[in-house]
Amino acid sequence: MKEIALIKGNEAIAEAAIRTGVDAYFGYPITPQSEVLEYLQLQKPEERTGMVVLQAESELAAINMVYGAAGTGKKVMTTSSSPGISLMQEGISYIAGAELPCLIVNVVRGGPGLGTIQPSQADYFQATKGGGHGDYRLIVLAPASVQEMADFVDLAFELAFKYRNPALILSDGLIGQMMEKVELPEPKERFTTFDQSWVITGKTADRERNIITSLNLDPELQYEHNIKLQQKYERMKEDVMFESFQTDDADFLLVAYGSSARICQKVVDVVRGRGKKLGLLRPITLFPFPTEVISELSRRVKGILSVEMSTGQMVEDVRLAANGRVPVYHYGTFGGKIHSPEDVLNAIEEKFIGGF
Amino acid sequence: MKKNLSEDFSMEDSLEQIIQEKNLVYRPTRLMTGATLSYCPGCGHGTIHRLIMEVVEEMGIQAETIGVSPVGCAVLAYDFMDVDFTEAAHGRAPAVATGIKRLWPDKYVFTYQGDGDLAAIGTAETIHACNRGEQICIFFVNNGIYGMTGGQMAPTTLEGMVSSTTPYGRNVEQMGPPLKITELVAQLAGTYYVSRQSIHKAATVRKAKKAIRKAFEVQKEKKGMAFVEFVSNCNSGWKMTPNEANQWMEDHMFPFYPLGDIKVDGKLVKNVIQDL
Repeated sequence: MKEIALIKGNEAIAEAAIRTGVDAYFGYPITPQSEVLEYLQLQKPEERTGMVVLQAESELAAINMVYGAAGTGKKVMTTSSSPGISLMQEGISYIAGAELPCLIVNVVRGGPGLGTIQPSQADYFQATKGGGHGDYRLIVLAPASVQEMADFVDLAFELAFKYRNPALILSDGLIGQMMEKVELPEPKERFTTFDQSWVITGKTADRERNIITSLNLDPELQYEHNIKLQQKYERMKEDVMFESFQTDDADFLLVAYGSSARICQKVVDVVRGRGKKLGLLRPITLFPFPTEVISELSRRVKGILSVEMSTGQMVEDVRLAANGRVPVYHYGTFGGKIHSPEDVLNAIEEKFIGGF
Repeated sequence: MKKNLSEDFSMEDSLEQIIQEKNLVYRPTRLMTGATLSYCPGCGHGTIHRLIMEVVEEMGIQAETIGVSPVGCAVLAYDFMDVDFTEAAHGRAPAVATGIKRLWPDKYVFTYQGDGDLAAIGTAETIHACNRGEQICIFFVNNGIYGMTGGQMAPTTLEGMVSSTTPYGRNVEQMGPPLKITELVAQLAGTYYVSRQSIHKAATVRKAKKAIRKAFEVQKEKKGMAFVEFVSNCNSGWKMTPNEANQWMEDHMFPFYPLGDIKVDGKLVKNVIQDL
């Protein structure tokens, strides 16, 4: 029988990590995600599963502990919030360059700078376009519920090991802090069956030494390495995930992820109740982005509204997918303010003049 | 007993007769890869690499040893030492090593870092890894300068010492005095063995090797952090010949960075407060 719990999104991440056999967590406190480290320490995961949990002296140290530990081929993760994730960018770039699997969770708060501790979706660019230096991409998953916070931990590791690439869960302070009923993931052995040929274990006589590095001083080699990375990012398209709400007959389309998608679901219900055909496309993977399905929908709808708690970031990818076929608008509050369904309804009426 | 070679060999002997197992006095460690070192002639890195690998070979721990290389001249250390390696971002080697060691608690993990890497950009990682008593070895090469980027001031650059960013000498009023980070970490509870060595003469090379061995033994026994500094030269950065650089090191570096053990078996054996 499934175990049910009423817990916060941040606690769901932590409990799922223990249950699904994560080997190590390194983190540093920052609001609104400190419950992850607190919950882990309270649960004594070293006794429950043997999982290593360590509070680092900074986010810089935390991400570099993740980098070191990920080289052992085990399941290693960290969590933080926007300013802390910014501090980790150098390390994330190294991890992407060295092609190490790991999980990073960003429980986003409003920025820029120290910003606010309230929820935001303004780290979309940072998460999906690189963030650190160099041409690289992360696998980015956007949970829209506490249930998905729990479910995406294992999913993120499956994808991270499949592609030998860091994965990032892009959540926000709303999902991190809110409590919902969760079906806890089935316990999983703390053992990975993934390819270990590249792992640093100590050099044995039967193999060449394994080196974890992102350094190629020879530009020809670095060029080749970049091509290899780009081919990998291209292959990731086979794992695009999204959810459609009433898009089949929709005249107008909302595109929203995470918290905004939850709000937009309500909006679709209200508008449908008025007899108007509104649909919602929720990207679950933000990278790879569901370009194809949005492109296809843009041939059938009259307009698209991208709803996100930012001044307009994902809307750029939606526009690229729609490729000028229909108008693509942005709506969203930002800086820690959360839009209500009424706010979105007003925006729909304003943007889609004559449509409804 | 010392051998008088002239008694054993004559000019008539062929090389084949001389190069025999029974005449062997020194065998290079098999754990150097044989790749041509990228270091300047007269640089100490090659010798320190070799000593570490000799100790790893003698302890029979190659299959359990993982190195962490820094950003700096030794960035390509993994090309020369035949053990598994992870390249670290600038200054982050102690954090990277912490991650590896926490996941592989029974393996040997060492970092190899320069003064800019360890004592400037990586100060926080150094202090906290030492304070936690991570079961790793830190090998710290202090030549008082940023070698790879072309001879800029390091945290360890001596007062009045000329570098490319202190062309009139290090002004301690403006830039602070050189940082004795080794004396600093020796005062932390997590360090079990702290020593300062040099490798510019045969006798000091032998002492340095003993310190490296001791450091690995401390890790084997899981006693805490083993931290060994090597005061070394950078003749290219110092704009000297190798011999001049070694002499300058003896005359100027050693008085400020005195050689010898600082902490043994978890106890200070030197008055580090005075030495600061």
